Amino acid sequence: MELTRITAAELSAALAAGQVSATEVTQAHLDRIAAVDDRVHAFLHVAADSALARAGQVDEKRRTGEPLGPLAGVPVAVKDVFTTIGLPTTCGSRILEGWHPPYDATIAQRLKQAGAIIIGKTNMDEFAMGSSTENSAFGPSHNPWDLDKIPGGSSGGSAAAVAAYEAPLAIGTDTGGSIRQPAAVCGIVGTKPTYGGSSRYGVVAFASSLDTPGPLGRTVLDAALLHEAISGHDPMDSTSIDAPVPPVVAAAREADVSGMRIGVVTDLSGDGYQPGVLSRFAEAVELLESLGAKVTEVSCPHFKYALPAYYLIAPSECSSNLARFDAMRYGLRVGDDGTRDAEEVMALTRAAGFGAEVKRRIILGTSALSSGYYDAYYGKAQQVRTLIIRDFDAAFGQVDVLVSPATPTTAFPIGERVDDPMAMYLADLCTIPSDLAGNAAISVPCGLAPEDGLPVGLQVMAPALADDRLYRVAAAAEAAFTDRWGQPLLTQAKGLDQ
Amino acid sequence: MPITRDEVAHLARLARIALSDEELDHLAPQLDQIITAVAQVQEVAAEGIPPTSHATGLTNVFRDDEPIPCLSPAAALDQAPAVEQQRFKVPRILPED
Repeated sequence: MELTRITAAELSAALAAGQVSATEVTQAHLDRIAAVDDRVHAFLHVAADSALARAGQVDEKRRTGEPLGPLAGVPVAVKDVFTTIGLPTTCGSRILEGWHPPYDATIAQRLKQAGAIIIGKTNMDEFAMGSSTENSAFGPSHNPWDLDKIPGGSSGGSAAAVAAYEAPLAIGTDTGGSIRQPAAVCGIVGTKPTYGGSSRYGVVAFASSLDTPGPLGRTVLDAALLHEAISGHDPMDSTSIDAPVPPVVAAAREADVSGMRIGVVTDLSGDGYQPGVLSRFAEAVELLESLGAKVTEVSCPHFKYALPAYYLIAPSECSSNLARFDAMRYGLRVGDDGTRDAEEVMALTRAAGFGAEVKRRIILGTSALSSGYYDAYYGKAQQVRTLIIRDFDAAFGQVDVLVSPATPTTAFPIGERVDDPMAMYLADLCTIPSDLAGNAAISVPCGLAPEDGLPVGLQVMAPALADDRLYRVAAAAEAAFTDRWGQPLLTQAKGLDQ
Repeated sequence: MPITRDEVAHLARLARIALSDEELDHLAPQLDQIITAVAQVQEVAAEGIPPTSHATGLTNVFRDDEPIPCLSPAAALDQAPAVEQQRFKVPRILPED
């Protein structure tokens, strides 16, 4: 039993059966991190001491027969945007370098309640703004399929950690695609739950009406197990939905799409899409049809305005949220030499502490919200948001789920788009509509693009609070594809063998 | 609406970011390109369409008014750049005279 290669579900079973201890499982993953993370750079902080201490507690509880949570002893990597007591939280930014938050995010608490072992904090684009991790102040992460390629972003460290077998599971956040896009380009599974289904308390805010924490894993069932463990109402988050968690684990185990109505979004294809992405997506649709799904084409005519609307709404919210980094109560302070007033110190600190993309977005948001431009930009974008929700409502009147490619292209080379913001933004073309609508979506591997041998993700989108449908469809596709391939897709990733 | 270098400098001042001349030279044309692209939202005829600020439709959410433990002064001040007399110490906020 190779502890870093098996799934979280298998690990959990082996731990429960006493075949292996949480300490052994944790140490195996720490060893793997020590062996490969100098090349992958998935982690900003490896929590070796606290992880081993937690693992020891889990082993002790198991010995004494105390009740244990569903993920007891299973390592989880956590994006560095979640506050964690005892571990630094930087958001990939110099402005929070070395910051130790005084409280745990709700999701960090729920991971602990589930018995999961937080093994480290993962790299990310600064304040979750980006699609490649190249906006991290601490250097990019690398794609385990090809170390010269981006691992996606902003949760790129989380995706790379799971794809490189450094952790069986990881937590990310999705604001415009930041879980699904890295999952797609790293050949793993990633879910954006329904907005409000997973708590934002203790998630350093980027765009509060969009930010959604969610799971990444190597299999659909693993993602479902983590999804269930972190979800549910949180009184500390006023946008948390007070409703039962959708039965995602049961749906992942059923994996049955017979009779399901699946709509192919015709607007998410065409110019700008890589041929190999479109061909693998078309195969995935045929596969789902062969499994008994009823496939139709659906048009969502306003989706083409989702990207511009997003790049007004998200920067507007970010310009407001990031005002909290004012150099007064925590984080970096620059230029406080006794001669400068507070506003000068603020401006110098923010200039030194924020990277280029964060500055671009704060200024863009400040512009979109400024008097005289508000109605033409932010106001208009909010109306587009309504029209996108109406497109979804009309589509979900005809079909149970929608499908599209998760990304227009496979992983691109590190450095290729870093100084071309509009090109970078296109990486989230397919994922943004679900964020604006607040509904649920997943990316599941559907093969390798023939032209570059890199993974392609199938995106499945479902109505709000119907997250279980994502897992039903993704698990059915995963099982049929794995039969066809003869092995999980990720076994073909050779970036670390070079 | 094209955006000029001077306008970017003004917005940066509003956002309390002390951009250098080099950064302004670099960011201003990029922001102009982005704003031109996002202006596509204006193509959509949206007469009578209500705006959406968030997707859940929740309003006026309150939790029970029950006291819960809060941070101690030591924990709250632990990460402060400067502390004096159990308070955050900040640069002066008013002119000297």
